[in-house]
Amino acid sequence: MADNADTCLVVPLYNEGAVVGDVISDALTVFPRIVVVDDGSADASAEIARRAGALVVEHPLNLGQGAALQTGFDAARRLGAEYVVTFDSDGQHRTEDALAMVQRLRDDEADVVLGSRFLDDRTRPGGVKRAVLKAAVLYSNLTTGVRLTDTHNGLRALNATALGTIRIRQNRMAHASEIIEQIGRSSLRWIEHPVHIVYSDYSRSKGQSVLNAVNIVTEQLYR
Amino acid sequence: MLIKVLLLVAIAVVVVLSLRAPAGARHLALRRVSVIGFAALAVLSVLFPDAWNAAAAVVGVGRGTDLLLYGLIVVFLGYMVTTYRRFRHLESQITQLARRLALDEVATELRAADTAGEARLPDVPPGPRDVDGAVGPAAATDPAAPDATVPGAAARPGPAA
Repeated sequence: MADNADTCLVVPLYNEGAVVGDVISDALTVFPRIVVVDDGSADASAEIARRAGALVVEHPLNLGQGAALQTGFDAARRLGAEYVVTFDSDGQHRTEDALAMVQRLRDDEADVVLGSRFLDDRTRPGGVKRAVLKAAVLYSNLTTGVRLTDTHNGLRALNATALGTIRIRQNRMAHASEIIEQIGRSSLRWIEHPVHIVYSDYSRSKGQSVLNAVNIVTEQLYR
Repeated sequence: MLIKVLLLVAIAVVVVLSLRAPAGARHLALRRVSVIGFAALAVLSVLFPDAWNAAAAVVGVGRGTDLLLYGLIVVFLGYMVTTYRRFRHLESQITQLARRLALDEVATELRAADTAGEARLPDVPPGPRDVDGAVGPAAATDPAAPDATVPGAAARPGPAA
């Protein structure tokens, strides 16, 4: 399908008022259906996204990115979406990559296509970030049985089967590992797809603290 | 020293218990029993203060008060961990509530896009599958809905019957 009406972009949003308008209007040129889940932003993010043309679902309070994604999945399911792409609101992701990933779902190569910035060398994260991401990959591969090259990439594409199977319960950042864990336990077919993550000055300034890895591991242990 | 072994085992038990999922009623019963046990111990300590010294001597700790302090630390650790678990549980309930609210707010948009054409459906949207009682009052709030039987409504996971 050329117009991508069968695909729903799920965009978790939290205080990205500065960029979200452009991200949404840019993505709308490729994907006509966008569900933005505003996670209790303090700024005008939700309003900006709505004006840009997305369907905005607003959490009444801040719950975390994992919770926002699951809310988006629920909304997408009600919209009857055939494919769902999780897409960041800060301009890190490229619609070309998203489109290519959905195409692989359409070709029935897999139920889940996971973006990876380490399959080629277009993306260049800084030294420490790279080390932490690599450690996360090692840990995830050991514990989930799903062998990936990049475990914390927000760009993913899911078909309806995967959408019905995966249920995110980790409200905050541990959801990335949780999704992989659930893929590992289920019979979902998965593949990785090389994507280019745009590290702008903006995303770098908002980027996650490396210390967050501690939070993620704790949340996984004490669930 | 014996006290080291005892304390390490106690800490390990607390951690292991905390990692296991709490089993509802059984968990609650255990909590209550331990509260009663705690009270009984407190009463005995008041009545026989020297008992702590004797117990301390047995396990190889200097004084009874030291033993009490060690015990307190272990109990506090357990308290901390169980409280964290309860907090996480509460958090998941709040999440479900907030998600339900958020989705209900855009129910019309979700439905319009979903069933384009079948606009006039009862005003209670279908809830996420795992939310208990999400669609319970559908029939009650709109008893006169003449179009509750249109195909779109029948396909929804509601207590139509």
